[in-house]
Amino acid sequence: MNVNRQEALEYMRKMVLIRRFEERAEEAYGQGRIGGFLHLYIGEEAIAVGAMAAMKPDDDVVTHYRDHGYILARGVDPKVVMAELYGKTTGVSKGKGGSMHLAAVDRHIWGGYAIVAGHIPLAVGLALANQYRNLPRVVTCFFGDGATNNGTFYSALNMAAVWKLPLVAIVENNLYGMGTAVERASAVSDIFKKAASFEIPAVQTDGNDLLGVRDTVRTMVEMARAGEGPQLIEARTYRFRGHSMGDPQRYRGKDEVEAAKERDPIVLWRRSLLESRLATEDDFRKIAEEVEAEVETAVRFAESSPDPDPSELCANVLVPG
Amino acid sequence: MPLITYRDAIRDALREEMIRDDRVLILGEEVGVWGGTYAVTRNLHEEFGGKRVIDTPIAEAAIIGAAIGAAMGGLRPVAELMTINFSLEAMDQIVNNAAKIHYMFGGQIKVPLVIRTPAGWGQLGATHSQSFEAWFAHLPGLIVAMPGTPRDAKGLLKTAIRSENPVMFIEHARLYGLKGEVPEGEYTLPLGVSDIKRGGRDVTIVTYSRMLHVALGAAEELAKEGIECEVVDLRTLRPLDMGPAYESVKKTHRALVVEEDWTTCGMGAEIAARIGRDRFDHLDAPVERLGQVEVPVPYAKNLEALMFPDERMVADRVRKMLS
Ligand SMILES: Cc1ncc(C[n+]2csc(CCOP(=O)(O)OP(=O)(O)O)c2C)c(N)n1
Ligand SMILES: [Mg+2]
Repeated sequence: MNVNRQEALEYMRKMVLIRRFEERAEEAYGQGRIGGFLHLYIGEEAIAVGAMAAMKPDDDVVTHYRDHGYILARGVDPKVVMAELYGKTTGVSKGKGGSMHLAAVDRHIWGGYAIVAGHIPLAVGLALANQYRNLPRVVTCFFGDGATNNGTFYSALNMAAVWKLPLVAIVENNLYGMGTAVERASAVSDIFKKAASFEIPAVQTDGNDLLGVRDTVRTMVEMARAGEGPQLIEARTYRFRGHSMGDPQRYRGKDEVEAAKERDPIVLWRRSLLESRLATEDDFRKIAEEVEAEVETAVRFAESSPDPDPSELCANVLVPG
Repeated sequence: MPLITYRDAIRDALREEMIRDDRVLILGEEVGVWGGTYAVTRNLHEEFGGKRVIDTPIAEAAIIGAAIGAAMGGLRPVAELMTINFSLEAMDQIVNNAAKIHYMFGGQIKVPLVIRTPAGWGQLGATHSQSFEAWFAHLPGLIVAMPGTPRDAKGLLKTAIRSENPVMFIEHARLYGLKGEVPEGEYTLPLGVSDIKRGGRDVTIVTYSRMLHVALGAAEELAKEGIECEVVDLRTLRPLDMGPAYESVKKTHRALVVEEDWTTCGMGAEIAARIGRDRFDHLDAPVERLGQVEVPVPYAKNLEALMFPDERMVADRVRKMLS
């Protein structure tokens, strides 16, 4: 395997962190401490972790609303992410955005956006700015299979292709957009084929295979950086939880979900690390303990942080001056 | 009369009209197998099948454009936009096609279309908590209904489905669970007719949708102090029936508009202008407006709680108008 022990453990730690972070967020939602929409990434962690490992720290990221994984994989402190979910003033977006609107511009995370496909043109524009300013940065844009049925996806990628922009579109095909199975909403179920209409390079990859994701993203990001224009990756995966909280999931059977869990990306990674003897059960225990403490700290921080001051209501509407 | 929820009243209207007229069909995101994100279309897919209750891709412009085309082609589509926020994706279709086609082709083509969509909020963040009724009410060629009770929702939706014109039918997510009396059996209510929901002599409150209930709650409180508010429910925002409000102002000499939207360029601005022009001689004070704070809606619960008019704010404003 093309990975050293330190990297291997770090990838594991990040996936487990995202998983435990979200399980705790789910609990907090049940207690009424988090409100509105909460879209869990559980089952899809290998994509964010693999992709972030493949990119440079100043490569730009624009995402949809299922966005806890990316910001945690980029290494932003879980405390300020959890505080955002709680709507606290210490949150990354000062409690004004919530779960769907996480941004950490100092880490080149340009935000989670909740209008399906509405953020893809923003990624095109960021890539244009990078190209214009001769910055060697690539923009990655994450969205779901459902977003590729929206016209904005086509107009944005077409533009990126015409202008040969340094952009990598990463489609997380988790087989559903809310309750609509991909084949009920998309004329082609292999989403990467849609890229053919722009004649841009596109590949399909197993989104639950961490190294596969990392290496695919690395290849495509470096092609984009080398001036070869936009690229598209379809990472096939599965969402283990409902679309958001309180989804009765009438559109799929329990056995389908259980079968998908056999390919849990964390389980797969663990198995390959044990098989290749890069890590031991002890390593995993240690990671689990560390993550547990880190997530506990994040929850405590969120709980003990103050609500935004009422004066915040009217702040940030326009840039002053 | 049976007590049923706003949600069930809307579903009953859809169901009755689908039974009555096989040209009526429903299309939208998650309206079928899921049963509607707010469960409004629950069981309709089972009852009427996939030919008449159609799940669509996430493609609002194409959903509304296709619904307009289907209406032109002889069907009576009821398109659902999952929330009013996503109407922005379909705005060109609504503004440039739905509202113009009949006029632009000299009356040759009809667009008997209903677009159902809920406004609402609840820690959903800035892009998912909006109320654009004034934008739609701005448009000649479109009818805009925004009912506040189960009875009105059912009666108006049935009329909207039978209408030969495009109707934007704006529901409210926070009203779906509200129960109210709904007549048994067949009835319809006319579009473009306002309704007095409470009589009073001191102040006229003009409102619609969820704010109707906030206004009624405030009126109840104020009645304990001997202040009697007359509450006018517009029910339809275009065409706008000012008759009941005009009559009311003759008696009360004061009017307050309560809306959930931002007040700048909102419904209240239009209503205040009309009352100011047509009932100038009867007014003892300028027409007042109350709406949401002029900022995008924040996620944090404590900040969001400061956003929208509540009963106390309405009551305070009425007291101030009388003092
Ligand atoms: C324009 C628009 N239409 C509808 C919605 C409601 N909605 C939110 S997520 C979603 C499904 C998106 O599916 P997909 O792109 O596959 O992403 P996933 O949730 O599966 O990660 C829908 C319909 C929305 N947010 N924006
Ligand atoms: Mg999906």
